[in-house]
Amino acid sequence: MATFFGEVLSAYSRAVEEEEDDEDLEENEEDEQIRRELEEKREVHLHWSPEVSESLRSGNKLQCSDFVLAVGHNAARFLSVYVLTSANWDTVGHASVWNERSRAVTGQTNEESACVFYRHKDNPSVVICQVTCYIAEDQLFQWTEKVFDCLQHRELNVTVLSDSSVADYKTADYLCNSSAPFLRSLHTGTFSGQPVCQALEQPNIITGLPAAVLNHCQVHRISTVVYQCYSDVIGPDSVTMETYKPALTKLGKSIQVDCSPSTDILRKFVKTTDIQSNLYI
Amino acid sequence: MFISADNSPPSFKDFTLVMPAVAVGNVGQLAVDLIVSTLNMNRVGYIHTDCLIPMAGNNPYATCKEDAEEMHTPGEVYTAPELKLAVLQIRAPIIQTKSKKFRQLIMSWIKASGFSRTVVLSSSHAYQRDDRQMEGVPLRYLITPSLLKVSADALKELGWREMERVPAFLGLTDTNAEPRLCIPGGGITKGLYTDSCSEDLPLAVLLLFCSEGDNIPDAFTLVNHLNDWLHLLDNPAQEPNKWKIPTSWSLLFGSGIPPALF
Repeated sequence: MATFFGEVLSAYSRAVEEEEDDEDLEENEEDEQIRRELEEKREVHLHWSPEVSESLRSGNKLQCSDFVLAVGHNAARFLSVYVLTSANWDTVGHASVWNERSRAVTGQTNEESACVFYRHKDNPSVVICQVTCYIAEDQLFQWTEKVFDCLQHRELNVTVLSDSSVADYKTADYLCNSSAPFLRSLHTGTFSGQPVCQALEQPNIITGLPAAVLNHCQVHRISTVVYQCYSDVIGPDSVTMETYKPALTKLGKSIQVDCSPSTDILRKFVKTTDIQSNLYI
Repeated sequence: MFISADNSPPSFKDFTLVMPAVAVGNVGQLAVDLIVSTLNMNRVGYIHTDCLIPMAGNNPYATCKEDAEEMHTPGEVYTAPELKLAVLQIRAPIIQTKSKKFRQLIMSWIKASGFSRTVVLSSSHAYQRDDRQMEGVPLRYLITPSLLKVSADALKELGWREMERVPAFLGLTDTNAEPRLCIPGGGITKGLYTDSCSEDLPLAVLLLFCSEGDNIPDAFTLVNHLNDWLHLLDNPAQEPNKWKIPTSWSLLFGSGIPPALF
């Protein structure tokens, strides 16, 4: 478009990237090799414990009746504080996902703790997964397919807890800060239970890993519900974490929710703001 | 790939398929929303693929509280059997590196389903029009040879203009380069059209020149032009067509304004 001063600026579209004419140009071998290597590096890899790997290798999928997935720091810490501290859980695997936003790994632990799977010791059909790393748009489908390929689908119930910012929540009446954090739910067609909170109203949508899981479960008819928590706090926050409590009450028989965790445990998981970020307290 | 929503797969034999291209202003997608919403179409299946960015939401065409809680995915197929019409709605961007794969997926699905014709609703950057394109109605069409055989008369009667080929090097008149088809901001439109030509598929493209902004009027313009050809809405009187705006079109430009701002 032309401006008042006579220069021409390209206008960007929110829908499409610029022309993909170059896609059909021949790439030389070196470019193609770089592209292939980059694609391989971006592949999602699942690493299971020896027992689970053995079972999968012999063709038996993980027997799972309840799968709880936490996406985001507050959702993951909620599970750590309220569920996993009971020490009745075995770590059965982790997923390694690399993309441009992955920080440089300082030792293996960083990568390993970003996406971990746990299984209940007494009730091994209950599996929990915490995802705190960023999974890129082109990796979401792959992550979902690979994980669900390992779980048996019959009578599987999936619950997803997901963090979101209240700034992304659209409503006609402006929301006062006092109503955040709050939950909204979205479920697949085969979900027959009663969600513990209001349904996500139009025109709000869910994106990212929870959406990829919902898409997969909808087409494969797996009973799934996502509880999205809209919070006005960016970092880890105990009030936001508590908001997830009702989401697990129905799984009470399978998952013991510690209703009043000690302050020591809470303190361990809710770090005070980092020094470098106290510009915005 | 296509996954049926019911236990038995639907039949698309001899149906007309209308689909959007994710393009500037999302005009094609908005137009498709109007069609599904007005004709009260039923969802019959999903396009489940790694080529679209995942998203999920409740029923965008909800009319009452009872049907509001129905989950929808980024690629869905709706039908109106009495009109022999099928509609594909795409609600998410195509992952950049996968656009060729997505085109091939759509082409093979179209071929396997037996659609009698496909109409792609699209748009192109208004600011890149040349002098000829800045005059008259901003609607253009493209049609593959196999569909032209059947629809040549209808197109002649409608008086639409075919999308012009542009010179390869603008401003240079003494080169031998052939004028070529260019649809800036059209996403996969050009690719779908050229692939359909080479594979002899009956496909037409209907596009509007537009810019980003409030594209609702553009969607109405495009869908009215489409209706002039396909007669989706029966309108004996010369009144403007009554298209129903879906509930998902609320708050397109953000939430209500906080009073504390003032």
